[in-house]
Amino acid sequence: MDLILGNAISWLFQPITAAYALAAIGIALHFGFTGLLNFGQAVFMAVGAYGFSISVKFFGLGFWPAVGVAVIASIAMAFLLGIPTLRLRSDYLAIVTIAAAEVFRFIVSTTSAQPVTGGPQGLNQYSDGFYAMNPIPVGHYKFWVWDFNQDDLFAIAVSWVVVVFFAILLAILIRSPWGRVIKGIREDEDAVRSLGKNVYSYKMQSLVVGGLMGTFAGILFVLPTSVQPGNYGTTLTFYIWTILLLGGASTVIGSIVGAMIFWSLLSLTGDLLSTGVDNGTITFLTQNQVGAIRFILVGVALMLLVIFRPQGIFGNKKELYFNA
Amino acid sequence: MPSQIAIGAAVPGCAKVDPILIADNVRRQFGGNVAVDVEHVEIPRGLITALIGPNGAGKTTFFNLLTGFDQPNSGDWTFDGVKLAGVPAFKVARMGMVRTFQLTKSLNMITVMENMRLGAQRQPGESLLRALIKPLWKRNEEEITARAAELLTRFKLDTKSDDFAASLSGGQRKLLEMARALMTQPRLVMLDEPMAGVNPALTQSLLEHIRGLKNEGMTVLFVEHDMHMVRNISDWVIVMAEGKIVAEGPPNEVMKNPAVIDAYLGAHHDTDLGTDKQAKGN
Repeated sequence: MDLILGNAISWLFQPITAAYALAAIGIALHFGFTGLLNFGQAVFMAVGAYGFSISVKFFGLGFWPAVGVAVIASIAMAFLLGIPTLRLRSDYLAIVTIAAAEVFRFIVSTTSAQPVTGGPQGLNQYSDGFYAMNPIPVGHYKFWVWDFNQDDLFAIAVSWVVVVFFAILLAILIRSPWGRVIKGIREDEDAVRSLGKNVYSYKMQSLVVGGLMGTFAGILFVLPTSVQPGNYGTTLTFYIWTILLLGGASTVIGSIVGAMIFWSLLSLTGDLLSTGVDNGTITFLTQNQVGAIRFILVGVALMLLVIFRPQGIFGNKKELYFNA
Repeated sequence: MPSQIAIGAAVPGCAKVDPILIADNVRRQFGGNVAVDVEHVEIPRGLITALIGPNGAGKTTFFNLLTGFDQPNSGDWTFDGVKLAGVPAFKVARMGMVRTFQLTKSLNMITVMENMRLGAQRQPGESLLRALIKPLWKRNEEEITARAAELLTRFKLDTKSDDFAASLSGGQRKLLEMARALMTQPRLVMLDEPMAGVNPALTQSLLEHIRGLKNEGMTVLFVEHDMHMVRNISDWVIVMAEGKIVAEGPPNEVMKNPAVIDAYLGAHHDTDLGTDKQAKGN
C-alpha cells in the first residue's frame, strides 16, 4: 500500500509531470488568456524534443546550442502556423494546429528519415551534455519508498525550476499592459482593434510565447527518457487540455496543479486496479484492461468537472470562459 | 458654431468650409448587391454630423469601410489630409479616428477600469519585452489610470470601476464603450447607433455627452434612426438610402426634403392601399 501511495505521490514531482504542466501553461496563454484554440501543442513539444535531440545526435552540438536550435525551430513553427490562420476566425487555427501536429509526427517517423530522426524507433542517448552539468554527487538517495540516483534528482530539480520560471514569466505578462491587450483580444478582437492595437501581431506574439513553453516542455519531457514519435499524437494534446481545464484555463497555477492531479490520479487508479486484479478482489477485469479503464475513469472525472465546476479548480467563476 | 457649414447649396455631396473627412467614389459590393456607393461626401470639422437612413441603407457598412474594418471594392478617402484607403483599422484608430459599434463591444470578462486603460495609446508596457519590466511603464500606467478615473466619473461609472464589464446594464455598456473610445484621445468620434436600446433617461445623458465631445473640440459622426434625437443635437445631417447619399443639410431642412421622406416612408406613403377600407367593410 505504501508503494502504491508512494508511486502516486512521486507523480506529483516527476519531470514528466513538470513537462505536462509547462505545456499546459503554454495553452493557458493561448486559450485561457488570448482565446487562441491551439489543438496542436503536441507539435511544439515535438519540435522541442526533435530539435534538441537531432541537434545533439546528428549535428553533434552541445546542450545549450541544441536548446537554441529548438527555440528557433519553435518560433519558426509558430509563424508557419500563425501567418495563414491568425487573420481568420479562431476555428482555423484549431484545424491547422491539429493537422500540423499529425503531419510532423508522420514525417519524423517515416523510415526514410531514420538517419536523422531515428524513424519509428526515435532517438535516445542525447542527454550526456545535460547530466554533465549535474552538481549533485553520484550516489543513491533514498526517501521513504523512493530511491533516486543523482541524475533523477537533477532532472527533477531542473524541470521544476524551468516550470516555475515560465509560470512567473506568464504571471508577470498577464498582469502587465501587454496582458491586458491579450485578454481584450480574448473578449472581442474587433473592439481591441478599434482602440488602435495591432491584434494580429499580439496574437502572433502569444502563439510564439505559448509555443516556446510547449517546446521547453518537449525538451524536459525527453531529457530523462527517449524521443518516441508515438508520444506526439493527438492524445498528448488532449491530455494537456485535460490538465488545463482541470486546473482552470485562465489561471497559471491551475496548469501546474492540474498536471500533478492528472498524473497522480492516473497512477493511483492504475495501481489500485491492477493490485485488485492481482489479489482477486476485482474479478471482472483483466490486467490488460486496467490501462484502458483508468483513462475511462479520467474521462468521466473530466466530464463531471466540466459539468459541475466548469471554471476548473482554481478558476474564477466570474471569469468563466466556457459560455463566452 | 460657424454660420456657414457648406460651400454653396446643401446638395448631396456638397463641399464643406472645413472638412475633416473627405470620401470619394467609395463603393462596396456584396455579390451583386451594391451596399455602399458614395460618390462624394465631406464631414465638417468640429461639429456633430448625423448619418441617417432606413435599414439597409449602408450606413454601418460605410462606417466599417471608413474605419478600415472592411475593404471597399474601390474608392479613396482622407482624414485630415491623410489618405486612409487600405490602412488597417488599428492604424486608423491611432490616427485619431475612433469608432464604436452598433452591437456594444464591452470586454466582458475584464474590469471596467481595464476596459478604459485599454483605450490608452502609447503605453510602452504593451510591448512584450517592456511588459516584463514594470518601472518602464508604471508611470504611464498611473497617468492612464488617472485619466480613466476622470472619464469614468464624468460618465457616472466610477462606482463600477472594479466590476467586470459583464455586470453592467446595456446602457452602461454604451457609456463605457464611448468613454473607452475617448481614452484614445480622438479627433473624430464615430458612433454607430449610440442610442439603440438605451432607456429614455440615459438617452438624455448620452446626448449631453455627445454635445460635450463637440465642446471639447472633437468632431462627431453618428448613425441614428430616431429623427427627434437627430434634430436635437446634430448640426448637419447626411441621409443615405440604398448605398447612396440622397440628401444633406441642416436638420430642420433635411426633414422636409421629399427625397428623405421617400427614403424613409416610400414614395407611395400617402396613397391609399385599400387595407383600411377593407377593414371597415368587415
